[in-house]
Amino acid sequence: MHHHYQKSLSYKLFTVFNYTLLTIIAVLCLLPLIHILAVSFSGSAAATANLVGLWPVDFTLDAYEKTIGNENFLRSLWNSFLRVVLGTVISMGVMLCAAYPLSKSDDAFRGRKLYMWIFVFTMLFHGGLVPTYMVVTKLGLTDTIWALILPPAVSAFNLILLVNFFRTSVPKSLEEAALMDGANHFKIFWKIYLPISVPAIATISLFTMVFHWNSWFDGLIYMSDVKHYPLSTFLQTIIVQQDFTKMSVDAETLKNLSERTVKAAQIFIAALPMLIVYPFVQKFFVKGIVLGAEKE
Amino acid sequence: MQSAVDVKGQTTAVEAKRVQKRRGTWQLHVMLLPALIIVLIFQYVPMLGLVMAFQDYEPWLGFLHSPWVGLEHFKTMFEYEDARQVIWNTLVISTLKIIFNLGVPLAFALLLNEVYVMKFKRTVQTIVYLPHFLSWVILGGILIDMLSPEGGIVNRFLSVFGVEPIFFLGDNDWFRTVVVVTDVWKECGFNTIVFLAALTSINPSLYEAAIVDGANRWQQTIYITLPSMLPIIIVVGTLSLGNILNAGFDQILNLYNPLVYKTGDIIDTYVYRVGLLNGDFSYATAVGLFKSVISFILVVTGYRLAYKYANYKIF
Repeated sequence: MHHHYQKSLSYKLFTVFNYTLLTIIAVLCLLPLIHILAVSFSGSAAATANLVGLWPVDFTLDAYEKTIGNENFLRSLWNSFLRVVLGTVISMGVMLCAAYPLSKSDDAFRGRKLYMWIFVFTMLFHGGLVPTYMVVTKLGLTDTIWALILPPAVSAFNLILLVNFFRTSVPKSLEEAALMDGANHFKIFWKIYLPISVPAIATISLFTMVFHWNSWFDGLIYMSDVKHYPLSTFLQTIIVQQDFTKMSVDAETLKNLSERTVKAAQIFIAALPMLIVYPFVQKFFVKGIVLGAEKE
Repeated sequence: MQSAVDVKGQTTAVEAKRVQKRRGTWQLHVMLLPALIIVLIFQYVPMLGLVMAFQDYEPWLGFLHSPWVGLEHFKTMFEYEDARQVIWNTLVISTLKIIFNLGVPLAFALLLNEVYVMKFKRTVQTIVYLPHFLSWVILGGILIDMLSPEGGIVNRFLSVFGVEPIFFLGDNDWFRTVVVVTDVWKECGFNTIVFLAALTSINPSLYEAAIVDGANRWQQTIYITLPSMLPIIIVVGTLSLGNILNAGFDQILNLYNPLVYKTGDIIDTYVYRVGLLNGDFSYATAVGLFKSVISFILVVTGYRLAYKYANYKIF
């Protein structure tokens, strides 16, 4: 597709400028990660002396050995894994079940509008940090994984995406035929809606997994014992806050944990699952976002 | 709609279908129950907890017996120098973020749209979407290291040009700039997606007509692309209005320190420090409630405007 304006000198100049600029922007998005990766593979002395740029100096796996050998790190990794799996399964289960009735027409399900508003209102107004904290505490959920899984289980935004998907993608004739054959709603949900919605389920599961993997603040406020910290919370306390008070550790471990190369290794390990999963699911989430943006 | 019965006393075919359709509604209620319970407990019960804002809440007395103080906490808020500062910081930071998170992705989408080498385009997209998926804990860790005045890579780079080391995260003159720039950096790619989608849906015949009229690419952008994009720009802009009191809790909490409270402390971080760290439940709840109410008004206004000017409906 070539038009005459594309042959003009100014457009050619623009094209060169454009490709250069976009390359620079892309590189700027990657540089921080490359730098931290280089630091994590560098010798501790070189890192402390600020010799590392974008390539490791005195290549060593020392930092990774120290990280993997750290009991607190491994435990928090396990907590995060558990949280992601349980959190995503529960969240998706509950939201899919709710999305099915909400996708019905007002005619077929009279309570729909009211239910929809109950969920949508949570997007508009919140009790806020302190009252939510008190509810979770009063329910005795602190120091259990449920404090991290149940409060955010129903995301109104994701629920709306699912409802919209159900509404637009499931052929109504298929559903009516099943109804005529005497299938009940549970069966229609299970046999028709779920199989058709695999792409949407994949997209929103991904969003939920990313959310759980990255969440750290709830871990910080609801877990009083570092044993229960998910990885993000653990990293936040030792890398960002530099708070070692909750960990009863000896001087040697403390020194290890606060080393620059070890911090870099931990940051990279925490980012790794995202880096691995991300390219595969990119096409899914682009569809998901667009689906959420333009409706009706 | 009661059942319409025809003269022979038989329900019509349409009505039979309707009854069929509405059969088993109880199953639908049952399916909604788990989500409903979760939302009631973790979203609506905390809303009741907001009464704390009008009390001097004492944990051992509970909501029912704590003394009522009316609007006292709200008055305190507007009298406190630091609370006013916090509200101001929030407004400045979020306004800057809204402007740049709208403008930069839009410009970026327009530039990407001029790329006809698909492989290059897709590679750039893949890379710029990435930071969105990394948490502020990870990015905070990276940025603290990179921006450090003692040999952080940014300062080492600047020193090549003879610039003295800058303590980006500890300097009140720099902190907001860093917050806005890093936020745009993180979210730019992701915010571009929606604009790119809108760009592909512009009718190609408009461009063809313009080319016949002799319009160059720049004129096409000004007279066709931007006007066609206006609805989506309005939607994104008006919806972000509701976020004007959310200046980015995750980001700020991971980047700031007491040195930059003056320019960097925002409502959410302030509520966290006062409420959960200092245990001043009632005052923090009052500040939080103030924020929630203003946000609510802005979100609703935003939706209304988006609907009115761009026909946008959330569901």
